[in-house]
Amino acid sequence: MFTQTPQRLARKLLASPLADALTTPHGVDRYVELVRPAFSLREVRAEVVAVRRATARSVTLTLRPNANWDGFRAGQFVRLSVEIDGVRHTRCYSPASSAHAGDLLELTAHAQPDGVMSPFLRASAQPGTVVSLSQAEGDFALPEERPEQILLISGGSGITPVMSMLRTLCHEGYRGRIAFLHYARDEHDVAYGRQLAELAAGHANVRLLHGYTRKVGAGELHGRFGREHVRAAGVDPAQALTFACGPTALVDAVRETWADDGLDARLYVEQFAPPAPARVETADGHVAGSVRFARSGVETTGTAAPLLDQAEAAGLSPTHGCRMGICHTCTCRKLEGAVRDVRTGEVSTAPGELIQICVSAPVGDVTLDI
Amino acid sequence: MTATTTPQLTPEQLDAFGRELDAIRERVIADLGERDASYIRRVIKAQRGLETGGRALLELGFLPPAWLAGTAALSVSKILDNMEIGHNVMHGQYDWMNDEAVNGQAFEWDTACPADQWRHSHNYVHHTHTNILGKDRDIGYGVLRMSEDQRWHPYYLGNPVYAVLLALLFQWGVALHDLEVERLHAGEASWKDKREMLQAIWRKGRRQALKDYVLFPLLAGPGAPFTLAGNLTANAVRNVWAFTIIFCGHFPEGTHEFTEEETEGETRGEWYYRQLLGSANLTGGPLFHVMSGNLSHQIEHHLFPDLPGHRYAELAVEVREICERYGLPYNSGPLHKQFGSVVRKIVKLALPGRGGGEQAPEPEPVTVAPEPARELVPA
Repeated sequence: MFTQTPQRLARKLLASPLADALTTPHGVDRYVELVRPAFSLREVRAEVVAVRRATARSVTLTLRPNANWDGFRAGQFVRLSVEIDGVRHTRCYSPASSAHAGDLLELTAHAQPDGVMSPFLRASAQPGTVVSLSQAEGDFALPEERPEQILLISGGSGITPVMSMLRTLCHEGYRGRIAFLHYARDEHDVAYGRQLAELAAGHANVRLLHGYTRKVGAGELHGRFGREHVRAAGVDPAQALTFACGPTALVDAVRETWADDGLDARLYVEQFAPPAPARVETADGHVAGSVRFARSGVETTGTAAPLLDQAEAAGLSPTHGCRMGICHTCTCRKLEGAVRDVRTGEVSTAPGELIQICVSAPVGDVTLDI
Repeated sequence: MTATTTPQLTPEQLDAFGRELDAIRERVIADLGERDASYIRRVIKAQRGLETGGRALLELGFLPPAWLAGTAALSVSKILDNMEIGHNVMHGQYDWMNDEAVNGQAFEWDTACPADQWRHSHNYVHHTHTNILGKDRDIGYGVLRMSEDQRWHPYYLGNPVYAVLLALLFQWGVALHDLEVERLHAGEASWKDKREMLQAIWRKGRRQALKDYVLFPLLAGPGAPFTLAGNLTANAVRNVWAFTIIFCGHFPEGTHEFTEEETEGETRGEWYYRQLLGSANLTGGPLFHVMSGNLSHQIEHHLFPDLPGHRYAELAVEVREICERYGLPYNSGPLHKQFGSVVRKIVKLALPGRGGGEQAPEPEPVTVAPEPARELVPA
């Protein structure tokens, strides 16, 4: 296109060694982002171009990723980073849009009562905001070679990756049989209710069945997931590939059924656990658990001592300085778990946060990027 | 010892003093948020804007007004980059934001010193061992005699000359700081041990010099000498300013020094006490505080090195009140007065002994402890 050429030339110039040398030590991104926040030479960033609030709990963001976005396979997830009250939070979301939907990406979040990110997005997401993304990840995805039949099962907010699969398949004119079983509280709580109905109406090979957990008698599926629901779907699990995503109870029920039939290899699952409580209450400050040093592949039983001491006792020698929380030499990323500041007793649980290991003790299981 | 009288507190008083300061810290940590994030982003935006504008003007440096404005903008940009942004970000003051752009361990600054070496020599060595002779290498930076307790040597006759050179070339002085040249000289460390460090300094210094002294001048074509002169001037202005502010942090009259023995096994309260007595503030307006990287609040910075610098002005009111209650001195004065006393010290200590000068009076030498349970600082 006509406008593409100057843009590409500008990008080429900005990515040149000369531009790097002129902007050392900060680099090109740190200057350009101040006028074009979504620009980056390497990072995936995206601008929110539309915000839709389809149900009382959900919010759907349409994102336009920058040139670094490699696209995704239907079903995969991305890590979305958003700043809330000055702090950058990161959570995983599965795009719900078709993998062929050009340069736009659609994410839907369901506000969790104890959550941080989802209630924020539901209440405050606005077009024009720039967010950060990871490249797409995960094996819960449509294989390149499409199977002959596909069964999609989802519960609640687990609808997003399978919605993407359905949209992708319809988009590319897939001719095999598709059955879509979706479980929700009631018909008002289905984030993609209208779009599902439209796709089912427009494609003879798509059969859509709803089950409502809080509305007895409504929907085509009654009660909890079981074999009769699979029969109603009209696909043969032995022939089809099945993708199930939703709360643990639903995913476990599906998994058991497939395992009983010896069909594990034909089932892909993705489940989400309810978010960890924002705060862990501790009586004496120590909650038993294991401490894992991910990069070194070392695991040890946690004690109430600072993590630096525990790392050293496990034979590691992390970089450190003052051992009293002043110099931040030992700061590292806590990948998972909760820690307690030994100076203040404050417990923090946010995944991916930076902690000072000389003054942080584990609360339960902790994984560090050491 | 610079000061003759050191105020003394009982261990109980020191504990209470420490708890009051801990409480301030915890309160601010709980309150960190949008306000701090947008503050540091505003400063970063201003710095990058001044830098871009300044460098653009210096490409037209053959026009005197452009040269002057460009040099001024670039000087201010470098000062902001190194002090309010670099120094403070590298302390981890904004780590809680979880943003790579202001991550204390990832940040690199626009000066010759590699950030990693700075984090070691400053955040760890200096901030942990503040004003402990023999441990805090910021006392004299291994080059100057800044304490009467540093043994005199004829070398120190050049004290004022070295100070002027250090001020002009401060970025290179800082770059070489973590090498511990004095230990190399004394044979306590070998050049071989410092190989990696030297390579890092060479890599960083080369990129800095290439940018300021080769590439931007070359881009100006025939105007290259003007651009080069502007860049040299901006670096020198930043050097002298940073030197001035930093030397006012711990060397004005009234700041205390400590020995390794007296600080052994010190409690949290005693640590705060040492940070307070070893530091001195500069008075001035809001712009002055920003341009000093809020190191004008050196006392608050040393009590709370990882709290965002822009909060120090507010905290200073409380810290001063606490100090008054405990009868502890709070060393604060305008730049000309504090720097004047630093200059006098540099000149005085060029000569042997206690410098031969008059003993400076201790500001508000107060002793509040009715029965000091223990001498913190032996006379």
